[in-house]
Amino acid sequence: MSGAFRIPGAGRLKQAKAARFSFDGQAYAGVEGDTLASALLANGVHLVGRSFKYHRPRGFLSAGAEEPNALVQVTRDAARKTPNVRATVQELYDGLAAQSQNRWPSLAFDVGAVNDIASPFFSAGFYYKTFMWPKAAWKNLYEPKIRAAAGLGVSPDQPDPDHYAARFAHCDVLVLGGGAAGIAAALAAAESGASVMLADEQAEFGGSLRFETGARIDGQDGFAWAQGAIAKLKAMSNVRVLSRTTAFGYYAQNFVGLVERVSDHLQNPGRDLARERLWQVRAKRVVLATGAIERHMVFADNDRPGIMLASAARTYLNHYGVAVGKNVGVYTANDSAYAAAIDLKKAGVNIAAIVDLRDNPTGPVIDEARALGIEINFGRAVVRAGGKLRVTSMTVQPKNGGGERTIPVDAILMSAGWTPSVHLFSQSRGKVAFNDETKRFVPGTYAQDCVSVGACNGTDGLSATIDEAYAAGAKAARDAGAKAAKGTKPKVDAGESWSRGMLGAAPGAGPDTTVKAFVDFQNDVTAKDIRQAVHEGMHSIEHVKRFTTNGMATDQGKTSNMHGLAIAAETLGKPIPQVGLTTFRAPYTPVTFGSIVGHARGPLFDPTRKTAIHPWAEAQGAVFEDVGQWKRAWYFPKGGEDMHAAVDRECVGVRKTAGLFDASTLGKIEVVGPDAAKFMELLYTNPWEKLEPGRCRYGIMLREDGFIYDDGVVGRLAPDRFHVTTTTGGAPRVMNHMEDYLQTEFPHLNVWLSSITEQWAVIAVQGPKSRDIIAPLVEGIDMSDEALPHMSVREGKICGVPTRLFRMSFTGERGFEVNVPADYGQAVWEVLWAEGQKHGAVAYGTETMHVLRAEKGYIIVGQDTDGTVTPNDAGLDWAVGKKKADFVGIRGLARPDLVAKGRKQLVGLKTKDPKVVLEEGAQIVADPKQAIPMKMIGHVTSSYWSENCGRSIALALVAGGRDRMGETLYVPMPNGVIEVEVTGMVFFDEKGERLNG
Amino acid sequence: MLLIRCPYCEEERPELEFRNAGEAHIARSTNMAGESDDDFEKFFFIRSNPKGVIYERWRHMHGCARFFNAVRDTVTDKFIMTYKAGEPKPSKLPKNSNEVVAK
Amino acid sequence: MAKAAAKTNASAMPSTAERRPALAGRSVSATGVKLEITPPAERISLRAPEASLAALSKALGVTLPTKPKTSATKAGRTALWLGPDEWLIIDEAGKDPLADCAKVAALHSAVGISHRNVAFSVTGPAAAAAINGGCPQDLSLEVFPVGAASRTILGKSEIVLLRSGPDAFRVECWRSFSDYVFTLLSEAASDAAA
Repeated sequence: MSGAFRIPGAGRLKQAKAARFSFDGQAYAGVEGDTLASALLANGVHLVGRSFKYHRPRGFLSAGAEEPNALVQVTRDAARKTPNVRATVQELYDGLAAQSQNRWPSLAFDVGAVNDIASPFFSAGFYYKTFMWPKAAWKNLYEPKIRAAAGLGVSPDQPDPDHYAARFAHCDVLVLGGGAAGIAAALAAAESGASVMLADEQAEFGGSLRFETGARIDGQDGFAWAQGAIAKLKAMSNVRVLSRTTAFGYYAQNFVGLVERVSDHLQNPGRDLARERLWQVRAKRVVLATGAIERHMVFADNDRPGIMLASAARTYLNHYGVAVGKNVGVYTANDSAYAAAIDLKKAGVNIAAIVDLRDNPTGPVIDEARALGIEINFGRAVVRAGGKLRVTSMTVQPKNGGGERTIPVDAILMSAGWTPSVHLFSQSRGKVAFNDETKRFVPGTYAQDCVSVGACNGTDGLSATIDEAYAAGAKAARDAGAKAAKGTKPKVDAGESWSRGMLGAAPGAGPDTTVKAFVDFQNDVTAKDIRQAVHEGMHSIEHVKRFTTNGMATDQGKTSNMHGLAIAAETLGKPIPQVGLTTFRAPYTPVTFGSIVGHARGPLFDPTRKTAIHPWAEAQGAVFEDVGQWKRAWYFPKGGEDMHAAVDRECVGVRKTAGLFDASTLGKIEVVGPDAAKFMELLYTNPWEKLEPGRCRYGIMLREDGFIYDDGVVGRLAPDRFHVTTTTGGAPRVMNHMEDYLQTEFPHLNVWLSSITEQWAVIAVQGPKSRDIIAPLVEGIDMSDEALPHMSVREGKICGVPTRLFRMSFTGERGFEVNVPADYGQAVWEVLWAEGQKHGAVAYGTETMHVLRAEKGYIIVGQDTDGTVTPNDAGLDWAVGKKKADFVGIRGLARPDLVAKGRKQLVGLKTKDPKVVLEEGAQIVADPKQAIPMKMIGHVTSSYWSENCGRSIALALVAGGRDRMGETLYVPMPNGVIEVEVTGMVFFDEKGERLNG
Repeated sequence: MLLIRCPYCEEERPELEFRNAGEAHIARSTNMAGESDDDFEKFFFIRSNPKGVIYERWRHMHGCARFFNAVRDTVTDKFIMTYKAGEPKPSKLPKNSNEVVAK
Repeated sequence: MAKAAAKTNASAMPSTAERRPALAGRSVSATGVKLEITPPAERISLRAPEASLAALSKALGVTLPTKPKTSATKAGRTALWLGPDEWLIIDEAGKDPLADCAKVAALHSAVGISHRNVAFSVTGPAAAAAINGGCPQDLSLEVFPVGAASRTILGKSEIVLLRSGPDAFRVECWRSFSDYVFTLLSEAASDAAA
């Protein structure tokens, strides 16, 4: 027997296997198919949590995703602790361990419950009003204390060991909600031949058919029909049926986010199974069949454990075979609670009394209840509930006042009516309309290609629901282009139908302001809070919501919104539609970060790009640095060297003999076509028409505003073919920039661009011995200075494979850049390395590359420039074609500010103490004795120790820098002012003789 | 995620393949060097930021790689039409078929 | 390459460098999806105006498709429409399309990109589902039929996708993205199989 409250013969879990579980360390027995809620209720456990603000004891309000109270932590192991799990949704598995939240030291005795007594402090808007003085106390005392006392659950403190999957999907018709309406719509659409997806948040389809005993469809019990229909749908190749799947967000153009809980219900999910799967679905048509949510009655102490929605009690009984009490009271303003009373009574549970706020309702369920001998009280209200950790009584009074009577109960079922679930419709930007007769907001104006059917559309009755849903499903399929013949509409033999009810506070909700009649259980908002908000001047429902927190956070007003609105409207003396409804926000229920991240974590967070030569560098023990998505060899430490020792050795090695450097990440673009030179003229500041094939030029690219955008060496392979290089980080945006101009400003030019960054691995061989290393391996290229001077390019072969061999230098040494098809990169590198070893060559990384280029005053775009630097500022005016009629940036360069005197210019800096290395980014001042804040006249852009120069070197942007040669400037630092001398930018081999050395 | 009709691919494709490229129909002068400061300011710095219909450029970056023009409503986020780069600004807009329809 | 290095000296010509394709030999098999690296192929990026298409088609031996999202295959050579003036030519028969285009006088641009791309074959009944683990396009046979080809997105990498059969795709990506694309496809394949 799985619990004393499990009724033999009731429910659908009779054949199920036993499942043991624990709650707060206490062991219990349940059965497979239970939710944690039904299993606890079967064991008579109602008290499962403490409320958010007042720490009031709480039980189960519902049997579904709308649950505001029964939030627990489910713990699989040290790393798998999930807070805020709805016990009404979490399926039981053998060994499940759950804990209550928001209580200390125990659930039954919670110190924080003092907040309940101190509640006058925590009334609506307390955050904005209380604890204001002294100011410092807010940060240090009040806020931390309040935060510690309030809140929902505890975040896990270890990385999530589970993995999450993601899938994009498309369909003709997406049906959201798997109750009678959703199933009928899906059947109609599927039979029409459309591709259909049907999703429901529950483990089992059926929606309200899970608890309705009065439904018969196609000659079967409603729930049995639903299971048959789902089996039929699952067997169809054009249908995907997703259970345990919540549609949490409805976005533009019928783009809907679904989260499928793949393995939270399994005892041993295994490593391979994702925990959750995010479906991003694009549907031609969406059918919303999201049903309705029952409302509670708003009366004093309506939050005591044991007080729940009538339909929830029916679900626990008819689906799970669990009675929620032994002596149950009913408080209602509509017919549906009668059905619950009748079902429980028939199952042998005593119904203490039905209290009906209505005066003289009539109908078959009332007759049936009466016939079963249940006491019925019309025109009366429950004005308060007794008990604390569990409801013990209900106090009844005629609704217009009079004598009270207290009836002992161990549970109260309540129903104020049903609220259509328009959350997703509202998220789709549809506008709801208020039906004055039924007091419901229903879908009014649609913003997207969707349709609402059944209870969420305000349609009452099973027969009308199936008619509407089936027709809508067929139409959605047709509108989406499906053409197959139609199937047969399910025939409704009998069904239940509930409408009407009440909105707002019942008589037991005050006006006494000490009464706690809850409107929003999750956020601890009472009827009094809403009235108070209005009295304090919140006249817009959006203000009331934020002031009271009604309907906020994860709950999104599922049970509370309509009551809150009605109370605000009543207090304002305005009709409900004039007060309006707040907007429902995504997500409908909370979504884990894991499912949003999906596959994009660990190595899949972002692509890690590696060059063809990377494995060699890795084997050599290189230290890598991230440059954009690329991993680049930073330096190659040898025998316990630190970075400085390694870089010093590499720097000296290159200038002494030679060095090999992997330059593969440089962006490369092949510019081809008869107008290639014309295009280059427009995109770069330099002249290109006269550059001979076989020669190279250093090019500068500007934006239209005249500032440097990128730079690189360009080789002309043929009259109509250029091999353009860009910075590593700039490659994609430079390509985009060039395509933009080519496609939209200069489309008349016959030229095309192709990215060849990854076609070629690039091995830079730099240093006096570079030619000696390369020459023996090259075929078909004359390597002499006459035939292959500095800044030239030849095509030929190296190591038997094709090469584009550039003679160029970013070190100031004689140098080459060997381009070979990428798959040959590592093999060619290894041959060059072996050859280099004969000459004592070194492998060097990006740090050495930076130092060597700085010794020569070569800039790095993005380091020595920052988007506000012109070629002139950078000392590169020589690269701007003065006779050119046009190029991108030509007009920007002539802007008054760009030709003004005193602009920051790139210069060299030498510290007076050669051993001091400046910090990059350090600010520069002319007078260190001036008052703070000092006038800053520039900053250091590059700074290194140069072993080759035997001193530190730096580049800096300094106002009027080139007119300050020899001047002493100052760099104020936390531990003293550093004196520097302004110099030229070239620190090594000023005459440039080593290019041919 | 929006669906955007690429006028070159002749179908609607997911927004992830596209990149916005700023306001459309701002032509670069054929006599760029001769532009006045005021004209250059208008060309390079000044952009409209309408509430409602905007003409903007998009690039089908991870598709056909073409730049094209689009008319979009900044209030509803809906695309009214798209057309190829170089085509004139449409003098008349099609009735927005996506406009909110009364049920 | 130790052998080649050892043989090299100032006078002797070196032997040909060894080709080492990215991810060589890696494959993944999940229920319903098989993911393999395809052998190296010759590839060019071909750009041309409409007037040149006849001449280029003749030289290449395959008619360049002009309809968006389509491809054409003949004798081991496939031409994929990527844009209104852009095709990716993949030759798996060991012939050089770059050389074929070099003979064409009509206006065009042909750029060799054989080593730029790495290709995967994704096959099996769950192949489309695996690719949809990161690709937002509709891969149903109605919308993306056999022969359909498109540049698109897979997670955070650009890919070129070609459907070679009802349950078979070719995924091309740039070399340095191949590890990412392979790993993402592997994960998505195991989920598609689940």
